[in-house]
Amino acid sequence: MVEVAVSRTTLPVGSKAHHASGWWGMLTVIATEATLFAYLLFSYFYIASHAQGAWPPHGMPKLSLAIPCTILLVAGSFTMWWAERGIDRGSSVQLMIGIALSLLLGLAFMALEGLEWAGEPFHLTSGVYSSLFFTITGFHLAHVTVGLIVLTVLFVWTALGYFDAKRHSAVSIGVLYWHFITIVWLAVFFTFYIAPRL
Amino acid sequence: MSDVETFRAPIIARATDQSESSHILKRSWEGRGGIAGWLSTVDHKEIGKRYLITAFAFLIIGGLEAAVMRAQLAQPNGHLLTSEQYAQLFTMHGVTMIFLYAMPVLSGFSNYLWPLLLGSRDMAFPRLNALSYWVFLFAGLFLYASFPLGKAPDDGWFNYVPYASRAFNPGLNIDVYALGMVLLGISTTVGAINFIVTLLRLRAPGMSINRVPILIWGTLTASVGNLFAVPAVSLAFFMLWMDRQFGTHFFDVGAGGQPLLWQHLFWMFGHPWVYAIVLPAMGIVSDGLPTFCRRPLVGYTPVALATVSTMALGFGVWVHHMFATGLPIIAVSYFSAASMIIVIPSSVAVFSWIATIWTGRPVFTSAFLFFAGFVLLFVIGGVSGFMTAAVPVDLQLTHTYFVVAHLHYVLIGINVFPVVGGIFYWFPKFTGRLMNETLGKWTFWVMFIGFNIGFFPMHILGLAGMPRRIYTYAEGLGWGSLNLIVTLGSYLFAIGVLMFVVNVFVSLKRGQRAGDNPWDGASLEWSTSSPPPPYNFAVIPTVASRYPLWEGRLNQGDDHSSTQQGFLLDKGRETMGTTSLDAEPDVILKMPSDTYAPLLLGLALAMLFVGALLHSWWLLGGAAVVSLLASIAWLWPERSLSQIET
Repeated sequence: MVEVAVSRTTLPVGSKAHHASGWWGMLTVIATEATLFAYLLFSYFYIASHAQGAWPPHGMPKLSLAIPCTILLVAGSFTMWWAERGIDRGSSVQLMIGIALSLLLGLAFMALEGLEWAGEPFHLTSGVYSSLFFTITGFHLAHVTVGLIVLTVLFVWTALGYFDAKRHSAVSIGVLYWHFITIVWLAVFFTFYIAPRL
Repeated sequence: MSDVETFRAPIIARATDQSESSHILKRSWEGRGGIAGWLSTVDHKEIGKRYLITAFAFLIIGGLEAAVMRAQLAQPNGHLLTSEQYAQLFTMHGVTMIFLYAMPVLSGFSNYLWPLLLGSRDMAFPRLNALSYWVFLFAGLFLYASFPLGKAPDDGWFNYVPYASRAFNPGLNIDVYALGMVLLGISTTVGAINFIVTLLRLRAPGMSINRVPILIWGTLTASVGNLFAVPAVSLAFFMLWMDRQFGTHFFDVGAGGQPLLWQHLFWMFGHPWVYAIVLPAMGIVSDGLPTFCRRPLVGYTPVALATVSTMALGFGVWVHHMFATGLPIIAVSYFSAASMIIVIPSSVAVFSWIATIWTGRPVFTSAFLFFAGFVLLFVIGGVSGFMTAAVPVDLQLTHTYFVVAHLHYVLIGINVFPVVGGIFYWFPKFTGRLMNETLGKWTFWVMFIGFNIGFFPMHILGLAGMPRRIYTYAEGLGWGSLNLIVTLGSYLFAIGVLMFVVNVFVSLKRGQRAGDNPWDGASLEWSTSSPPPPYNFAVIPTVASRYPLWEGRLNQGDDHSSTQQGFLLDKGRETMGTTSLDAEPDVILKMPSDTYAPLLLGLALAMLFVGALLHSWWLLGGAAVVSLLASIAWLWPERSLSQIET
């Protein structure tokens, strides 16, 4: 081996923000997951467009819980944005507070969604509408569950002092996923609660 | 104080595999060996070889299934198999060939070759690579475990409802298929993610997007296609499983469901998938053929664009599988026209290959014969595809043997022939030894003649009205003699495949030693040793053209690629991350070491699906917890990967 030169440009080493391969990996995960929800909503609209009789068959879905649900998730996205801003400046305390707030908002969303499920006049097997409703919102709830696990793990890692202003790509990647869950909910919310009213 | 580097000005050095620095690299990159090393490796070359071997094992199993079916159909009134046995055999034959052979074998090539073609030391996500292999293996075992119990999938590989609904098929057969496909979808998806991020991040400095080999374009296109197509089929199978096991009504027309929704979702996936299992194989030819024609590919840019546009169009043609379902004429007309347009990019590629042969100085090796033979079979399969794209013709031909002939010309012609040619081409790189050329040329002629005798008459049988999927047929329909020819031809083809397998085993032990570059190829994989060292390249190459090893002859520009001099990156497992389009050095990537996490996660996922199949909720819950813990352990930030600084 003959050393020829030292590069004139200095390069970052390892996982840093958008240099982390995981950041790119998460973008592709979101692409494929977004497609999954697109196919779910396609199935809904396909079946709705062929429906005989009234659609939705059980009357207009009530907004009394769905709107608070939406507000909770959107607020959770803002708190995570604020949390990441904290660690950008080196404050792991702000990061932990932000994650904790987002966790609480996410849990509240799940509780309200549980109430919504319990209050429906139909079951999974009642008809094709109820199959679609529980499956699609169920898929979303499963994603919220994964998101809450991600936030919990990030909280623990922050508490262990793993992150600082320079290196916190795991946080950026988790935040990306959490925003995705919010955006998917907006699509689900629009499909079930707004589209039939239009 | 932190001992983790944040920034570094990397050393540029001149080195070969014999240099002192390469011993250091070898120590960093080598696995621990033995069974532990085998189970925990994340080396893309090991994983690639496993993919190839496993996929070939499935090819042989699927071929044996076909051989039994052809024995039954050789004569009228054959009763070797009952109708139920026949149904399971033809379903498993299709499932095996399409899902467990055709895609995984190409993943094998790409896993092995991508980092070598791109001038990198591994894939972007080495552990994910191991996971995608394990999940593929377990999904294959999952699908096959039901076979000895007589509970294998039995409604054809496209599994139409209501045949596949519980009312008409109450056994476990379809549930095995449904859950096995969702599991396999995980493998395909993580594999696709790995290829996409590798392309965006891990090309050698200077390898701008217009300099990557066509195989890279093929696999990239297939991966992007899979990313958007696989969710459709995973969802369709999940909904079918829900309908069958939990009483939902997605496909139940009595409760407002739509049986045609199954076909839409299945073919929204199915047609892009067809391109996913041929485009990388076409890439193998586009890269291999020029080596044996002693000239660059004619029309690199048109072929790359044709590859991408085939897939883009491929998302808009799925209804051509559904012409006979009674959709409105305006809809089927649109899809018919869209299907015909695909002729254009396909022809661009065909004319490029012909022009490459025509204007080159062909060397008639075994690999060349397979690549050239592929071009002819591609044209025949393309023409029969064009015919069935026309609605009136399709209404006559659908569900006949004509379609069977078409899909075998496409899948064997465009997948198996390039794959076998590709093995002849890269075998010396994989093993350091050449395959036997004399036996290889005989193999080509036996396979080529056997294939055409075996499958061409199916066109005529289809025109004569023989339906597909029948397990036996009566005398006096006029199909007997052609069926006998088909059976004999397919057996001749099988003998050819056997000759190929024998060649592989003999050459592994006794093949002539190959140097680094036995064919005088142009791309980066030929610049390193055969077989390549664990670290792939002694220094990260720098690329200045599409044909880095042919630059002296081609006189293209003043810049020169460099394979002996480049970034050393020897502080543990490292490779160069570059920018997405221009491939400027961007980041020094720390690569993970060997680990059991992918195996553990793969096993847990497989158990999760076994639990779902058997309604064993404890097993499912336990497996879910193990999956979660394995994932967290996998992602735990490590100082050695520079994920923690403090």
